Amino acid sequence: MPSIAKPIATHPSLQRNELGLTIRDYEGAMSTLCAGCGHDSITAAIVRAFWELSTQPHMIAKLSGIGCSSKTPAYFVNGAHGFNSAHGRMPPIATGANAANRELTYIGVSGDGDSLSIGLGHMCHAIRRNLRMVYIIENNGVYGLTKGQFSASADVGSKSKKGEANRMAPIDPVMLGLSIGATFIARSFSGDKEQLVPILKAAVAHRGFALVDVISPCVTFNDHEGSTKSYLYTRQHELKATETDFVAPASEILAHIGQNGAVSVTMHDGSVLRFKGVPENYDPTDRSKVQTYLEEHQGKGEVVTGLLFVDETMPDLHEMNETVDVALTKVPYEKLCPGVEALDRFQEDFR
Amino acid sequence: MRTCVNDFAIKLANVNGTGSASANGLLMQAIFRMGIPVSGKNLFPSNIQGLPTWYEIRVNHQGWTARSLDYDLMVAMNSQTYAKDIREVREGGYVLYDSSWPLDPALVRNDVNFLGVPFAQLCNENFRDPRERILMKNIAYAGSLVAVLNVDMDIVTALLDQKYAAKKKLKESNHRALRLGYDYAKDHFTCPLAFHLETMDGNADKILIEGNMATALGCLYAGATVAAWYPITPSTSVLDGFKGLCEKYRRDPETGKNNYIIIQAEDELAAIGMVIGAAWNGARAFTSTAGPGISLMNELLGLAYYAEIPAVIIDVQRVGPSTGMPTRTQQADVMECAYASHGDTRHILLFPANPGECFEFGPKAFDLAERFQTPVFMLTDLDIGMNDWVVPRFKWDPAYQPDRGAVWGPEQLEKIAKFQRYFNEDENHVPARTLPGVDPKGSFFTRGSGHNKFGNYTETPDEYREVMDRLLLKHKAAAKFVPEPIILRQTDAQFGVLTMGGCDLAVREALALLAERGVVADFMRVRGFPFDSSVEAFLEEHDFCFVVEQNRDAQLRSLLIIETSVPKEKLRSILVYGGFPLSAKRVIDGILSSLGIPEPPAAELLTTGSGQPEMQIED
Repeated sequence: MPSIAKPIATHPSLQRNELGLTIRDYEGAMSTLCAGCGHDSITAAIVRAFWELSTQPHMIAKLSGIGCSSKTPAYFVNGAHGFNSAHGRMPPIATGANAANRELTYIGVSGDGDSLSIGLGHMCHAIRRNLRMVYIIENNGVYGLTKGQFSASADVGSKSKKGEANRMAPIDPVMLGLSIGATFIARSFSGDKEQLVPILKAAVAHRGFALVDVISPCVTFNDHEGSTKSYLYTRQHELKATETDFVAPASEILAHIGQNGAVSVTMHDGSVLRFKGVPENYDPTDRSKVQTYLEEHQGKGEVVTGLLFVDETMPDLHEMNETVDVALTKVPYEKLCPGVEALDRFQEDFR
Repeated sequence: MRTCVNDFAIKLANVNGTGSASANGLLMQAIFRMGIPVSGKNLFPSNIQGLPTWYEIRVNHQGWTARSLDYDLMVAMNSQTYAKDIREVREGGYVLYDSSWPLDPALVRNDVNFLGVPFAQLCNENFRDPRERILMKNIAYAGSLVAVLNVDMDIVTALLDQKYAAKKKLKESNHRALRLGYDYAKDHFTCPLAFHLETMDGNADKILIEGNMATALGCLYAGATVAAWYPITPSTSVLDGFKGLCEKYRRDPETGKNNYIIIQAEDELAAIGMVIGAAWNGARAFTSTAGPGISLMNELLGLAYYAEIPAVIIDVQRVGPSTGMPTRTQQADVMECAYASHGDTRHILLFPANPGECFEFGPKAFDLAERFQTPVFMLTDLDIGMNDWVVPRFKWDPAYQPDRGAVWGPEQLEKIAKFQRYFNEDENHVPARTLPGVDPKGSFFTRGSGHNKFGNYTETPDEYREVMDRLLLKHKAAAKFVPEPIILRQTDAQFGVLTMGGCDLAVREALALLAERGVVADFMRVRGFPFDSSVEAFLEEHDFCFVVEQNRDAQLRSLLIIETSVPKEKLRSILVYGGFPLSAKRVIDGILSSLGIPEPPAAELLTTGSGQPEMQIED
């Protein structure tokens, strides 16, 4: 993952967040992805979301597997701790990291090869554990780094750059997530930062595993005619099911909520999600309704986007485990070692 | 007939899933409480119910309790295996069998004594419930053994009272069944037999424990807070034990919440990933597995090695390759663990020999992993892990503090302009690390891709090599920190004998018996890898050495040839890898045959019962 440091020059007029940091403080190294890559737009949305949330950079852990998408943690929040691990294995690494220190904000960036092929099992089990993390799939339907093979998210009939058509059914992370109990499911489009930034902010606030599938066209290998993950195809077929506003816990809620079809969901940390433009009979907290809606529209070839499902009632990994409230790494050794007397007493059972 | 007090072996042939384990365990514990050195070896199938299973109990007042192949008494409770079981009893030995049905005359041997007790009949007459009739047969044969072997009846009844304190009906049934077998034996046989038990004072400061529980206890005392695992025989009881211990000792007294987390992963790839993630964040984390799990973990073990992240891996070895024989023991993961993962990798290994060392090496493994920022493997095996061992009580040093290695916090970071991950190395070539979330200045980017000493991505040969060369030096430096070998020197030793892990007791017993015949050898048991300089010195000071190990390919010998300058002609292999715990007999046979010394007459050294090779009992 080659990276090029960006020049540090901050314009005095740049706006500062609650921590006094400018958006430049949330940037990373210069991207080495292809010009026009959808992933770079997602990186920009991540930078904005963390800046707007005023998250302490060093309290962020950014993790990834292997692939074009997995390079991107180097391109945002320089002050965060980064872990570019192995292909498909980011979920277990993130699980262990979170198990040890629940106080950090975890963001994992993955791709469709990383998450839907080699690491599919790991992603599913991280979902089942409701591991508290933001999990982004930068989904372009293609293996970029190895030059253009179909990924598991390629649609039937979608054509490769060489004209070959994919014949196998795709794995749809949104439908998959719904079926195995994911508690936060969103789909967005890398070209739509307006939609993506609030989704990412809500994902950070979410109590558990926040699955964010982002259609992110590959300009080099999958942006041609016949591809169903191209800029043109996505723009023509995108159907925004919801528009979401994220209202941080400290902010006063001024806007009017509760209009026709609108829904608001209070997050675990007290922040509020406001869904606007929600179609009738669509309830983002009702798993089966969401499923029905998605099936209906995907059948028509539409790419449904928005924050599609949220369930704030499910406990995360630590809540299920009843772990202490602080990071396990902060528990002093004296509390962990039962000591000499306990050992002597324990051994009486082995007499 | 030999008259042996506290020096004999019995073998119990059972059908698995019929409740024999509790009767066998009862006998073991009673003998232990009589103060007699004893071992129990469970030779069990990879199955839940219905297949043959054996349990061997050896008592030896001198403490030689490795597996014996010389059975004085066979408790033949499985008609499926009568023929083989009866064949294995030594000449002049005994067979205790269920005489509810007549014994096939073809099975009768004239050179052994048959003790028939109608266990099924007795239980059918005395118990109504069909399940109970089957279960109580086991306690009944235990009762007969109490009579013929002179087990202390008071101890046995006390153990039953203790075990079934909360289950009155079961307690009553057990006592009744015990008496049935005991009384029948007393009435019909000369009790006790010539070989029998007499109370002694050998276990005053000992405990009876399985290695896996000891390992779990070691991890608890080491301060491990994160455990990730995938169920696999024979390591499952490490995590079962750890869970039980955590429930007892790791509930925060103020909040009632857990000071630990145990994650059952989706596979071993994930289990090691979780350990690496947790250790990256600064927790003491471990996984426990067996050979097949290590195979899966190979990918991420290379990441931990290259990115320099601590990890503790317990490998309770079983028989490979592939699925192999999951319930049988072997030492065949040595090479796999030493160089696990693609590319140039090498790891730190610990070889405990018994539950005592499993406990002791637990904290040691974490200390090494953190000090050297690298994976550390503790290689036990099924024999150590799942069998009952009598070992000295575990001691704990109250002054122990975890060695966290070079971890920089605000204090050190304040003094430098910018933190670079692989830059500030100590005298052992270990660079300082920081932990996420502790200090804004400590942030860095961990990667398994090529990196230079600053932690930045590189594809430049010199930068890549610089890090790789330091990793080699770091591994070498660990030799001084792994447990030193155990060396026992004799005057006029003719050669050396090397071994590792669970072979310890059998090899030492073999050398003691060989010395009585004038074949004198020095002994060394290696306990860690990379090898300490004393390992190489031992090899140099002998004309030749035997290397005793439980695998086909002489893996310890290979490792010695690769990692020391010893010429390979100097190392002769004794390889016992059929899957059962090692016996002294195998070592003696191997050494004598290699030396060209003819087999001693059976009576002189050790008899082999009917002379059947060890493996035949399985076919």
